[in-house]
Amino acid sequence: MTSQSAPVEVHDHHDIKPIRKAAMWVFLGSECMFFGSMIATFLLYRNETADGPGAEIFDIPFTSASSFILLMSSLTMVLAHNAFENRDPRATRIWLLATAMLGTTFLAGQVFEFTEFVHKGLTLSTSSFGSAFYMLTGFHGAHVAIGVLMLMTMFYLSFSGRLFDDRGLNVELVGLYWHFVDIVWIVIFTVVYLLQV
Amino acid sequence: MVLDTSKDLVPAQPTGIWSWITTVDHKRIGMMYGVTALVAFFIAGLEALFIRLQLATPNGTILSADAYNQLFTMHGLTMLLVVVMPVGAAFMNYFIPLHIGARDVAFPRANAFSYWLFLGATIMLLSSFVLGGAPDGGWFGYAPLSTQLEEFVRMDYYAIGAQLLGIASIMASANFIATVFTMRAPGMTLMRIPVFTWMAVVVSFLLIFSLPIFGVGLFQMYFDRNFGTQFFSGGGDPLLWQHLFWLFGHPEVYVLILPAMGIVSEIIPVFSRKPLFGYPFVVFSGIAIGFMGFGVWAHHMYTAGLGPVAEAGFGIATMLIAVPTGVKIFNWIGTMWGGKVRFELPMLFSIGFVSLFVIGGLSGVTHSVVPSDYQQHDSYYVVAHFHYVLFGGGVFGFVAGAYYWFPKWTGRFLDKRMGLWHFWLMLLGFNLTFAPMHILGLNGMPRRTYRYGEGLGWEFWNQVATVGSFIIGVSFLIFAWNLIKSRKNGVEAGPDPWDGRTLEWSISSPPPVHNFDEIPIVEHVDDFWHRKYATDEEGRAVRMTDVTGGTLVETDTGGDGSHEEEDMHMPSPSYYPLVAATGITTVGYGLIYAPGAGWVVAGIGTLITMWGVFGWSLEPVTRDEHHD
Repeated sequence: MTSQSAPVEVHDHHDIKPIRKAAMWVFLGSECMFFGSMIATFLLYRNETADGPGAEIFDIPFTSASSFILLMSSLTMVLAHNAFENRDPRATRIWLLATAMLGTTFLAGQVFEFTEFVHKGLTLSTSSFGSAFYMLTGFHGAHVAIGVLMLMTMFYLSFSGRLFDDRGLNVELVGLYWHFVDIVWIVIFTVVYLLQV
Repeated sequence: MVLDTSKDLVPAQPTGIWSWITTVDHKRIGMMYGVTALVAFFIAGLEALFIRLQLATPNGTILSADAYNQLFTMHGLTMLLVVVMPVGAAFMNYFIPLHIGARDVAFPRANAFSYWLFLGATIMLLSSFVLGGAPDGGWFGYAPLSTQLEEFVRMDYYAIGAQLLGIASIMASANFIATVFTMRAPGMTLMRIPVFTWMAVVVSFLLIFSLPIFGVGLFQMYFDRNFGTQFFSGGGDPLLWQHLFWLFGHPEVYVLILPAMGIVSEIIPVFSRKPLFGYPFVVFSGIAIGFMGFGVWAHHMYTAGLGPVAEAGFGIATMLIAVPTGVKIFNWIGTMWGGKVRFELPMLFSIGFVSLFVIGGLSGVTHSVVPSDYQQHDSYYVVAHFHYVLFGGGVFGFVAGAYYWFPKWTGRFLDKRMGLWHFWLMLLGFNLTFAPMHILGLNGMPRRTYRYGEGLGWEFWNQVATVGSFIIGVSFLIFAWNLIKSRKNGVEAGPDPWDGRTLEWSISSPPPVHNFDEIPIVEHVDDFWHRKYATDEEGRAVRMTDVTGGTLVETDTGGDGSHEEEDMHMPSPSYYPLVAATGITTVGYGLIYAPGAGWVVAGIGTLITMWGVFGWSLEPVTRDEHHD
């Protein structure tokens, strides 16, 4: 009667790791639509500057530099994940901190940039262009900030020796999220900054 | 016997209010979804009765225009987001793990969080009536009406309340998808999953990809109202809202109806004593609906002036999506055809579902024709159409599910006499209410107007509709009474009262905390049926002699007894999901009344949220409670 050839293993509780990864991928799919809608909004309004400042106020060299910093943080994240897989708490800790610091540097650059733009007269309510710009880049910044928070949580866990316990959050999941946020920035940087000038 | 030796290892059912607050059991969470949604259903139904009273006579005076606007907006919003979606979630929570042979969903605490956040958002939306006025811009919230600021917080309640419901739904959907794709019992291949669970997967994907679009639109509406952005005003384009809204809103329509279709696809085979006719067809047409559902949104916007090319494209796509829907109708009829049909209550409601959904589907096809839609747009014809699909379809399907699975939830049947009264009154009341709206709409009666003049020829049919709506009300009072009474006093049902086909009937009613004493090993579609029945040479089902009712979990397949000793680790109860959900709801209230004191409230909410989230993510999944 039994047609299965392979021996069937029955477990009471499943290995949680692939399940969490599946859910994270699904969540990132959802995030794609979230950013996609905001990018579409920006494309619709990219010329609606209401005679206020438009794309000409962008400082491409500066934003290129901060984009480079964010992309480098993906590299350190890979190294952190690699160290995590090798069960090396010290290296994991160092690369997690490096990633978080690169992310924070990017955020600082964004704060500086926003301040500059406000001084030049571009605010949330100046024009539809301004609204769409700040909403898109602002929500991306919020995602980076949440990522930094998660990285710092992992960093904190590494001291108490609980980094490798089976918990809700682990370095691999944070890594998936972090790379996603970086990839979204590549799209935003291209669409918002590079296509405008 | 396996059961005896493992008795002390099996987790006991906890009791008391605290056990419900900290529960992570998918069955209890499903129950809470169901009860909350049922309460909301009665509130939203009451709103509908007020609307019908107002419209019973020309120049109605019961409601002011302002009250009417709030009531019809909240009726739509509540029914769609707080009733039909959560009822779907209730069934999914309860039956996805049972259908695939799992002990719980993938993330039990995230599941609890989804429920608590849904509850918080529901309370928030309903509280708006006394805290500054309920949303009054229609459930579709079109800009620029929704971004006008004369009414202080009303549409802020809409923007934030719907946003929170969306977050809850996204989390629940990710959870369901992870559950179905990673936690199936051995042998439960994708093409052996019960159809209801398949539809749940499609619904989850629809929500995952459509809700964030709505979320962006809601943020933009909220920013326009509170921070002076120009998404829909100034240089902005109000049409953007319509696109974002319907890009969510149309998949949402399938989110509402697919679970009901899944339920009916479970019920009809059981009461026809035949396997579902064309199981793969039903599954793949459900998936096709999921894909095509994203390509038809602009048929809600024909009169917005999108141009002939777009209108033709969306018109054709809309006609095409009727094909996979029609396929299912034929599958259901094909299942009944030649079967031994038993007209039990679940079957009656299912047949009601199929019939009424066909009517609603056909009037829907008339909308897809652009010139015809120009005439029907914003008329009562549209109201008639979507009530036929959502009430005649959705609610009939869900009620069928309630009659079908009530014995599984409680171990007792719902009373048949009262059930028959419920069915016939509901069928009669429903058709009296909504069939005349076709005529009213074609005679030019517009939607969303709080009164109409005399002598327009609308008096008679409006009166009929009002009478019908009260008959529906009576039928649901009977249903509520039946639920309350039968829970304790109904006829005992036993584990498998309907001679069911799917795994949930193989365990006791109500199911134990851990669902399955031993994880089943699956070999067929409708696996439980094949454990009970063999097929003789002429292809007839013959009941196997060695199994005579009772619990059939312990079959000879693979039961080598190797895991008898294994300890069952059920996830530990946790109150952090409730803390986190309370925090986010508090943030929501703060944002509604922001700026000013609202920021303080939002700040407090953020702290509570952080407490909940950190406590949650640093807490071990299972504490070693059952260890020796």
